[in-house]
Amino acid sequence: MRRVLKPRQREQLLGSTYGWPMGVWFTLFFTVPLAIIIAYSFMKRGLYGGVEFELTLNAYREMFNPSFAMVLVRTIYISIVSTFLCIILAIPCGYAMARSKYQTFLLLLIIIPFWTNSLIRIYAWIFVLSTEGLVNTLLIKLGIINEGLKLIYNNTSVILVLVYMYLPFAILPLFTTIDKFDFSLLDAARDLGATKFTSLKKVMMPNIRSGIATAFIFTFIPIFGAYTVPLLVGGKDSTMIGNIIVDQVSKTRNWPLASAFSMILTFASLIGVFWMLYTGKREQQLQKGGPRKPAQQTLEQNVKAHHSGRPNK
Amino acid sequence: MRQLSKSKFKLPPFSTVVLVFSIIFLFIPLFVVTFFSLNSAKGMQWEGASLIWYKKLIFDSPSLWVAFKNSLIIAFSSSVTAVLIGALAAVGIKWYRFHGKTYITTVSYLPMVLPEVIIGISMLIFFSAVKIKLGMFTIFVAHTTFNLPFVFMLVSARLDEFDFSTVEAARDLGATERQTLLKVIIPSIIPAVLSGLLMCITMSLEDFVITFFVSGPGSGTLPLYVYSMIRYGVSPVINALSFVMIMGTMIIAFIFRNFLKSVAASS
Repeated sequence: MRRVLKPRQREQLLGSTYGWPMGVWFTLFFTVPLAIIIAYSFMKRGLYGGVEFELTLNAYREMFNPSFAMVLVRTIYISIVSTFLCIILAIPCGYAMARSKYQTFLLLLIIIPFWTNSLIRIYAWIFVLSTEGLVNTLLIKLGIINEGLKLIYNNTSVILVLVYMYLPFAILPLFTTIDKFDFSLLDAARDLGATKFTSLKKVMMPNIRSGIATAFIFTFIPIFGAYTVPLLVGGKDSTMIGNIIVDQVSKTRNWPLASAFSMILTFASLIGVFWMLYTGKREQQLQKGGPRKPAQQTLEQNVKAHHSGRPNK
Repeated sequence: MRQLSKSKFKLPPFSTVVLVFSIIFLFIPLFVVTFFSLNSAKGMQWEGASLIWYKKLIFDSPSLWVAFKNSLIIAFSSSVTAVLIGALAAVGIKWYRFHGKTYITTVSYLPMVLPEVIIGISMLIFFSAVKIKLGMFTIFVAHTTFNLPFVFMLVSARLDEFDFSTVEAARDLGATERQTLLKVIIPSIIPAVLSGLLMCITMSLEDFVITFFVSGPGSGTLPLYVYSMIRYGVSPVINALSFVMIMGTMIIAFIFRNFLKSVAASS
């Protein structure tokens, strides 16, 4: 005879059976690894990699070493410039796509390069920019220059390739937000005497603020943690935090320092995510004045909006 | 009136110009690489079309095929695991109240927002702390971890539209929990599950950074093979490989489009 459970117990049991396999998986392979990194950042480095279990702030002190501080400043500079360029390009792109009749086709055009293997895309730029690359060969052939220009392995090439890599990350959420915008409001503004620019600035911009915030976060965070792009198209003077972390783990074997830098990246990302949540929430309050949504739901929505750039109409 | 007659001859709007420029910008490197993969010479000088580099790629690179096989094994195993665990969790979290629900939901979104380097490094340090040897198994674990959030998200979105009363109706009509799961819940989430599966396979085949940290000797995937080739500089064989991979992406994107359209139409 089956044991009969009370409804509440039954719900608890079923929910746990469905939900906890994923909970256990994330605890084991996400929460615990992250906790280990946090713990390691406060420990003494071991001689041959690993750590000695002794509490210290050495790793954080080491970060103020001028050469590391320089990399930190450079990472912030490169991230801000490339994110800014991405968003400046992405707003008109998203607008044009939202107003177009060929949305699915345009989305496909944005998504094909976006889904192409990232290394292949970086390689393509190496092919174009390198000293014996396409641009230099063409310029020499046309007689404009005599010897190859140094187009690659500097900060500019890193920024160029980062913009290339992450432009779709900015376009997709902006497209999704602008697509929901009611364009007749723009006509209304024009009828009331606003210029085209003013109507865009005063009517559309406030309504797509959460889209801009999402685009900013989903571009800024991966760029801030970029590893492959500075490694492959950057010179020795364009390394970023991501490269330091990897070098500290695999070459110098200073795990506490690598962990400390990882903490910076993690916290920067979390601050960004919370800022995004805040913008999204405030916008909802402004627009509807309705009941507040919990932060969790807003995060879900933002993440969904970001990833729903797929042509699913 | 004046407005109308003027609009007939106006230049394309600024936003369209930017969009066209951006699309050209996104595609130029891909076209350049494809074009030069057909060049019979090694350098930038065009010396007639040929397919020698493709021949070399297919018949002369045994390690490429090993890497490709590894990639496929990882992609399928991790995607199927992620889909099973993630879809069940989405059902549980959407419909039931239980201890730890908030924790699971929150932690399931974080792998998507943290930089890949962090995920990779934390896993590497974790695996070496618990002394698991790096190899196919660790890659499988890592890929399942970064695939899970996407499955969870897609299936949850699907469940948001789903009417819970059908489940209650099934129960009222005497269905057991297992019958409800098999006959009501699973058929209703199958479209989201399938698109989640496709998305996972795509992401798993394309991932480099996380795999780079958790792979051991002999467990290299296709992106790792590409990386080892790129390190030696420009070569027409990589151009050929690039074209093959770009074509692969285009096919996947295209399948995805048709697939999602048919899903939307059927539901």
